[in-house]
Amino acid sequence: MTAIVALRDLRKSYGVGTPVETEVLHGIDIELAEGEFCALIGPSGSGKSTLLNLIGLLERPTSGDLAIAGSETAGLNEQALTVLRGRHIGFVFQFHHLLPAFTALENVMMPSIIEQGVATADAEAIAHDLLLRVGLKGHEHKKANQLSGGQQQRVAIARALSRSPRLILADEPTGNLDTHTADDIFALLREFNRERGSACLIVTHDPRLAARCDRRIELVDGRVAHVSSS
Amino acid sequence: MARPKLPFEFLVALRFLREGRMQTALILLGVTGGVAVIVFLSQLISQLQATIIDRVLGSQAHVVMRPLEEANQRALNDPASIAVIEPRAQRLRSIDQWEAMVKLAEAQPRVVAVSPVVSGPAFALRGRASKSVALMGVDADRYRRIVKMDGYMTRGTFHVEGTNAIIGIELAKDLGVTVGDKVFVRAAGGRDELLQITGLFDIGNKDLNRRWVFTTMKLAQSLLDLPGGVSNIDITVTDIFDAQDVSERLQAGSGLTVESWMTTNSQLLAALRNQTVSNNLIRSFVIVIVALGISSVLVVSVVQKQKEIGILRAMGASSNRIMGIFLLQGGLVGFTGALAGVGLAWGLLQFFSSVYRTGDGAPLFQPHLDTGIALSAALIALVVGVLAALIPARRAAKMDPVQAIRA
Ligand SMILES: Nc1ncnc2c1ncn2[C@@H]1O[C@H](COP(=O)(O)OP(=O)(O)OP(=O)(O)O)[C@@H](O)[C@H]1O
Ligand SMILES: [Mg+2]
Repeated sequence: MTAIVALRDLRKSYGVGTPVETEVLHGIDIELAEGEFCALIGPSGSGKSTLLNLIGLLERPTSGDLAIAGSETAGLNEQALTVLRGRHIGFVFQFHHLLPAFTALENVMMPSIIEQGVATADAEAIAHDLLLRVGLKGHEHKKANQLSGGQQQRVAIARALSRSPRLILADEPTGNLDTHTADDIFALLREFNRERGSACLIVTHDPRLAARCDRRIELVDGRVAHVSSS
Repeated sequence: MARPKLPFEFLVALRFLREGRMQTALILLGVTGGVAVIVFLSQLISQLQATIIDRVLGSQAHVVMRPLEEANQRALNDPASIAVIEPRAQRLRSIDQWEAMVKLAEAQPRVVAVSPVVSGPAFALRGRASKSVALMGVDADRYRRIVKMDGYMTRGTFHVEGTNAIIGIELAKDLGVTVGDKVFVRAAGGRDELLQITGLFDIGNKDLNRRWVFTTMKLAQSLLDLPGGVSNIDITVTDIFDAQDVSERLQAGSGLTVESWMTTNSQLLAALRNQTVSNNLIRSFVIVIVALGISSVLVVSVVQKQKEIGILRAMGASSNRIMGIFLLQGGLVGFTGALAGVGLAWGLLQFFSSVYRTGDGAPLFQPHLDTGIALSAALIALVVGVLAALIPARRAAKMDPVQAIRA
């Protein structure tokens, strides 16, 4: 099976060339298989978000190799990275990060609108379907900020899935939710992962949820400290 | 609710504008006000200038050819006055070969009408009243294309033959005569004639209403002792601002004294030009202020929308498209403000033209809005809007999506 994500000796420093230059990730080697459901755990400040942003092509590594869906990213320009990101990656953030000026439905359609240039009927149908699946029927036309935290996170998941990405990156998607809602959201991600085969890399502090993943990668001080499979 | 129909950049630009209600309203108000000021001022000034020029040229030929004078033409050059072509009696001379000169003038490009005129000083006498007048021997058909006499006639038509004469309403009042009466005219040289008044005119200028007495060329020639001659040739050109050009070429071609209205009214023209310059200055200031307004509002908006920009980037929007969103906002604000501003200017014109009137009750200016002015204002506002958005848009494009998302 090909790897959807392949990292080799990935390093990231902040403040390069300044007196406060610090290396945050000290050479990470990870592979994530297609359809794998993997937890990224570790103490606060260990570099989990940084790693996720690098894999999500939102930031560039200082050195090392990063391949997404078989494409080496080192030589790509900003435009090509944007395309690669748009085509293969869906994000779910801790603070849902919906666009407040748009409705739930429009938020879910947004990745498609960005890709197609306009909102297509297909995209609308898919968005309706996804909102139904995440249990938000009847909330389609509410503005993002008229929804509860849990509802917003469901919208964010629907949005991440709207273009059937091969990789979903979720940074503490349940971090802000009560246990019950967190379980629901986690279950949703797991369901979609099984159903569609999207790989999922999920950052979590919750050992219960981590235990339900295929694999756990533990990061400590910018290094992979432990990997365990279930 | 239907799904949004607009292209991505438009959709997001409009939502962002709608979301920033107060800011958007304020900047729209600013652009509207600015455009209204520019359009209103431009329209007003161009109209007032047109009216002034119209008044000046209402009773004056665009170009006049006269015999070469040895000296002291200066007295006639008072720019503020309406130039009455009134050579001194002792100097009254004919243009040599004036028929050839008329043909020469007619052959010039951009010349619309040419009219030979026999003019000179005389006295109009009736009872005890004696008034100094300017005898104007004309071919009515030719002359009405120089000065639109038909529009000025209060009685009778502009047509002269035999011993008929057409005089101004002021002279008629001074002499106590009207159409059908006779008036005795004596030229400086002593020749005289009894003229039959067949028409009255009001040219909108009391001095000329008091002085001009129109007769046939033949009659004027005999009274002024200019057998077969003419004292000047009046010319109308297609574009009034071509007059100087035409006159210079005629001067070179004929060797006569040729003057355009632009020379005779050079101070007036200079004043009009100064007015235009100050108008342009005001316009530039307003444009700069409006541009700064748009810029500053968008800079603030970019900071406020930092998170949204990050999200859009994470979802696959390139930095160029983010830039496009903000440029569009500038353009939309500029264009919408321009439309509203043109509307407001139109309203102002309606209002002020109904409030401000000239002495005789006519509107001081027309409530009419020039499409050219309106269109160019809208276009300029659009361009200024986009240019003003350039700096904020580049900032938005450069924004680090991770910073935005982490915050
Ligand atoms: N832009 C930046 N400039 C400098 N240092 C940064 C920057 N972003 C992150 N860091 C540092 O990198 C380290 C890793 O941060 P990161 O956010 O990846 O941790 P994390 O594992 O996600 O922590 P948490 O569990 O609290 O979210 C931290 O020490 C942080 O201070
Ligand atoms: Mg983190």
